[in-house]
Amino acid sequence: MLSKQQVEHVAKLARLSLTEDEVELYTKQLSKILDYIDQLNEVNTKGIEPMTQPIPTVNVMREDIVKKQFDRSEVLRNAPYEEYGFFRVPKIGE
Amino acid sequence: MVRPYTDYQPIMYAINVIVLNTTQSKTKYEVVIGLEVHAQLKTKTKIFCGCPVDFGADPNTNVCPVCLGMPGVLPVLNKQVVAYAVKTGLALGCKISKHCKFDRKQYFYPDLPKNYQISQYDQPICTSGQLEVNGKVIGIERIHMEEDAGKLVHAGSDRLHGSDYSLVDYNRTGTPLLEIVSKPDLRSAEEAKDYAQTLRSILRYLEVCDGNLEEGSMRCDVNVSLMPVGSKTFGTRCEIKNVNSFKSLARAIETETERQSEILDSGGKIIQETRLFEETSGKTISMRSKEEAHDYRYFPEPDLVPLEISQSWINEIKETIPELPHDKKIRYPKDYSLSIDDTKVLTDDRNMAEYYEAVVRLGANPKKAANWLIGPVTAHLKEHKTDIINCCMTPVQLADLLGFIEKGIINDNIAKAEILEELLSKGTNSEEIIKEKGLAQITDEGEIKSLVKEALETNPEQLKQLKEGKDKVKGFFVGQIMKKSGGKASPAVVNKLIDEYIK
Repeated sequence: MLSKQQVEHVAKLARLSLTEDEVELYTKQLSKILDYIDQLNEVNTKGIEPMTQPIPTVNVMREDIVKKQFDRSEVLRNAPYEEYGFFRVPKIGE
Repeated sequence: MVRPYTDYQPIMYAINVIVLNTTQSKTKYEVVIGLEVHAQLKTKTKIFCGCPVDFGADPNTNVCPVCLGMPGVLPVLNKQVVAYAVKTGLALGCKISKHCKFDRKQYFYPDLPKNYQISQYDQPICTSGQLEVNGKVIGIERIHMEEDAGKLVHAGSDRLHGSDYSLVDYNRTGTPLLEIVSKPDLRSAEEAKDYAQTLRSILRYLEVCDGNLEEGSMRCDVNVSLMPVGSKTFGTRCEIKNVNSFKSLARAIETETERQSEILDSGGKIIQETRLFEETSGKTISMRSKEEAHDYRYFPEPDLVPLEISQSWINEIKETIPELPHDKKIRYPKDYSLSIDDTKVLTDDRNMAEYYEAVVRLGANPKKAANWLIGPVTAHLKEHKTDIINCCMTPVQLADLLGFIEKGIINDNIAKAEILEELLSKGTNSEEIIKEKGLAQITDEGEIKSLVKEALETNPEQLKQLKEGKDKVKGFFVGQIMKKSGGKASPAVVNKLIDEYIK
């Protein structure tokens, strides 16, 4: 069972603000999910190498060659705010 | 499990400033230092996309959907980054992992468009190496590959003062980095500085990084802790960031050592935290209070396949490693009879070392060539803020000049005062300058004899002293005669003729 504190911690890391009720709800739901995934622990994995990637391929690399870049105006079109060719973001600090 | 390690973090705002008093700290503690060096690799393109790595470009002109973290894009690893990582690992005596992978490190910050950094966590490409610094072996814990973040222009500069926003330039995002983590084997500020300088020299020899601390192509994070002298248990460490020069590195360690020992002396406890070195005050200040933010929730990067490095590729890369400063330091005293100090100066920079070796190969006397390069040539390069490959004088020209001195055609002083400067700044050849300026040494005894006679006879008082055996006065006469000859008289002949005259 996941603790309320763990849910609050994860929410904080994800920059989510949760109400008391939500913390309660998600604690239950996330616990269920974790329990479900926990079934994997029943499988005997003795002598099996951990797999980090399901695709049976290694070494996909490219040569160090410059590719065409995007025009800045195009790049900044996605920015809610821009200024002097920069992306404008809320000031970070505490 | 690897030991927990911290990583390059975007700069956050200072939270509280601890003012240090300047009293000398007591010396009952031993300082334990580990360095995390971030080296920007000199590839043409970024680590996971084809955008150029180009410092000083206009903001947001070297970006694409991949490095901007647009939805649905896929990173593709730059082969050269892996080659450079292996090259560096081999040069530092590391074990190269046959198999490794990339991981996601999650944190939110505007300079990180994907909200995660692709790095390597539990399977770094290189492990357990070492670097010899002044005869002491410093362990290298690990080397891993990762991507750099963008650059934030914070509000607070004059133009932006009072504003409530920051500006972001993502050009640097995705620049390949090697993080080189030392073991906590360093025991003084001086040693840490020497380690960083030695590492920089190697990175430059390998041509994988230009090692410029001021411009940020090489960045050092320093872990400092104290323990009572004789203890084997390390104390709580603080990590110091924003060290932008070797001088700052040493200073940051000294000031942090002082801060920690004052806390320990007064019975306090060190809080593990990240601190920022402030160049202007020479102090370290606390950077963040929320240690909770250190939870990076690493997991394997699903968008990249694992890496398998074959022995044949490693061998191929090995071939590209030049003779390193460490080997040159052993060879120079043997091959060229140079002192340890001279060797150190000549081998620190690969270009200088190769230039020196070329001059010697052309037949110059090794000791003479070393003296000239370390002395007048270096002085000129410093004065003109240039370096040995960007000056006009080729190794052939310096070897020629030294040859003319060796043959007695010109003397040292004339060579330094009249010829060297022109070679370095214009690149003409010595023979022409000698002819044009009429600098050839006067070796004709008849001509010099009259100068000697004149000098001795017009200074009867000094002549008397000389005859009484006061050798110092001889220098006075040599000086007079050299001046009269416009510096061209052969000092050897002048000395000989003075001796003959007073006999």
